[in-house]
Amino acid sequence: MLRHGLITAVFCCLIATALTITEGGGWAAHLVYSLSIGTVSWLFIDCGRLLLTGHHEIHWPGGPWGLLLVVAGVFVGFFVGNLIGDAWVGAPAFDFLDIRGHKLATAAVITIVATVCMCFFFYSLGKSKHMQSQIEVAQRNATEARLKLLETQLEPHMLFNTLANLRVLITVDPARAVAMLDRLNSYLRMTLSGSRALSHPLSAEFERLADYLELMSVRMGERLRYTLDLPEALRDVPVPPLLLQPLVENSIRHGLEPKVEGGEITVRARQEAGQLVIEVIDTGVGLDGAPPSEGSSFGLEQVRERLATVYGAQGALRLAPGGTGGTCATLNFPLPV
Amino acid sequence: MTPTALIAEDEPLLAQALKAELAAAWPELQVVAIAGDGRSAVREALRLLPQVLFFDIRMPGLDGLGAVAELADCWPADQAPMPQLVFVTAYDEYAARAFEAQAIDYVLKPVQPQRLRKTVARLQQALAARQPAATPAVADEALERTLAQWRQVLSAAGAGAEAVAPPATPLRMIAASDAGGSTVRMVPIDEVLYFEAADKYLRVLTATHEYLIRTPLKQLLPQLDADTFWQVHRAVVVRSAAIESVHRDEAGKMHLMLRGRAEKIPVSRLYAHLFRAM
Repeated sequence: MLRHGLITAVFCCLIATALTITEGGGWAAHLVYSLSIGTVSWLFIDCGRLLLTGHHEIHWPGGPWGLLLVVAGVFVGFFVGNLIGDAWVGAPAFDFLDIRGHKLATAAVITIVATVCMCFFFYSLGKSKHMQSQIEVAQRNATEARLKLLETQLEPHMLFNTLANLRVLITVDPARAVAMLDRLNSYLRMTLSGSRALSHPLSAEFERLADYLELMSVRMGERLRYTLDLPEALRDVPVPPLLLQPLVENSIRHGLEPKVEGGEITVRARQEAGQLVIEVIDTGVGLDGAPPSEGSSFGLEQVRERLATVYGAQGALRLAPGGTGGTCATLNFPLPV
Repeated sequence: MTPTALIAEDEPLLAQALKAELAAAWPELQVVAIAGDGRSAVREALRLLPQVLFFDIRMPGLDGLGAVAELADCWPADQAPMPQLVFVTAYDEYAARAFEAQAIDYVLKPVQPQRLRKTVARLQQALAARQPAATPAVADEALERTLAQWRQVLSAAGAGAEAVAPPATPLRMIAASDAGGSTVRMVPIDEVLYFEAADKYLRVLTATHEYLIRTPLKQLLPQLDADTFWQVHRAVVVRSAAIESVHRDEAGKMHLMLRGRAEKIPVSRLYAHLFRAM
């Protein structure tokens, strides 16, 4: 606020100088009038806006209040400022109202134009500052989200267990080790670059799910069985990359892993009334099996957010008990025409 | 006597690998069983009474820490000395730190032969050292030491994984939904006599009522004042001031009675030290 005052004062000095040059007369007198009017307007408007807005983000009252404040500021500044000026030069009070019409008009116009300009200037300054900070916050959030996504996908426990399995396979079953390494390779490539690409075909998405599920089934042995069902016609539908990954991960981590005998995961895509419907069904411990942990809700949250970003209100994700115990996550969004 | 070991590991390949590595590093060791989950690990351990346990931490059903807590209670210490414990973990820095602090051995997956050889050397030393424990007093002392070590590692590893930083202020009220789930009851913590973990819920018991909440005991524990509430069992935390008496039955199992409640509350061997007569 003080900064605003200082800028106002400098601006007033400029006006006084301009008046001295164009109209003649003492610079000091012009300066006193100009400074008085400017300072009073500034005090009135700045205090007014703080009172009206408290400590909002863009310190400026919205709508008619903002306009009213500027108009009131102009009037109060003009009258009180001129009174102070008159007192200083020794003229009788309200002398400024009596002087010849065009001079009064000139003074009023200068006050109005100057005040409106200053207000607009400060308003824009505040707004751009606010926008800047908004942008920074948004950028920070996006980076954090991407990091967290990466962290969940590259969960160290998963990675190290996979490596441990790979190490065993290299000696006992080299052919399978090579196959597993290839899966791990494409899984890592996708995870590391996937968070940047905007979309890829559904068939690629299913491929990545197969990579992940294959890695997991080497680890879990007979405890994990899975089926991926993608109709030929839907292979090329573009989808956001790794959209389904968190759902399958949840099925394994919260559905099958806690279950001693393991179970089955089915991922199915179908077309229904212009919509693409994808189901992730598991026969795990079910929704009541474990209290919802932070990890699982982050995964779901993330899928919902991505659906909302790409498809707006037309995309949805529902979580329901599966037919055979377990959980069924159903995701739907409009097929591109 | 041939040293015996049990491996509890839910990933079949890793269990086989550990067995193979052990065969190389310690040829005399006989792996008597491989269990794929915590429950069967406890069952097999009690049946076979091995001298060494290799326990994975993340296992379906009962996890490694839970299995150890159960074994601490059920292990027939008069028949066989408490087993040597080695945790096997892929990546679990909290737990690993707890193991370091309590000198509990652990092996990181993938198992490194060199690291495993060190563990084997330590195990051999420990097994040799405990052979001459002839008198009951010495045996008792050894049992106490082992239990204290296990207790520390369980509380540190369990709490570390769940709640990283305990909140600054202890919990004052508990919001619990009643049976129908339509009403939330506010229960002042001062009225709670004990908490008991039951499957998916945590039972909150006052002198007159029972409430259910979904917060796991592990998460609630750091929010309770440690002097007011004592953990006496893996699944039970009681108000210390309400304890009326503690009893030991013929089999050596302990339970306690609370003022205002009629139930017998089990006391785990791990927490029996709280009630040693003054």
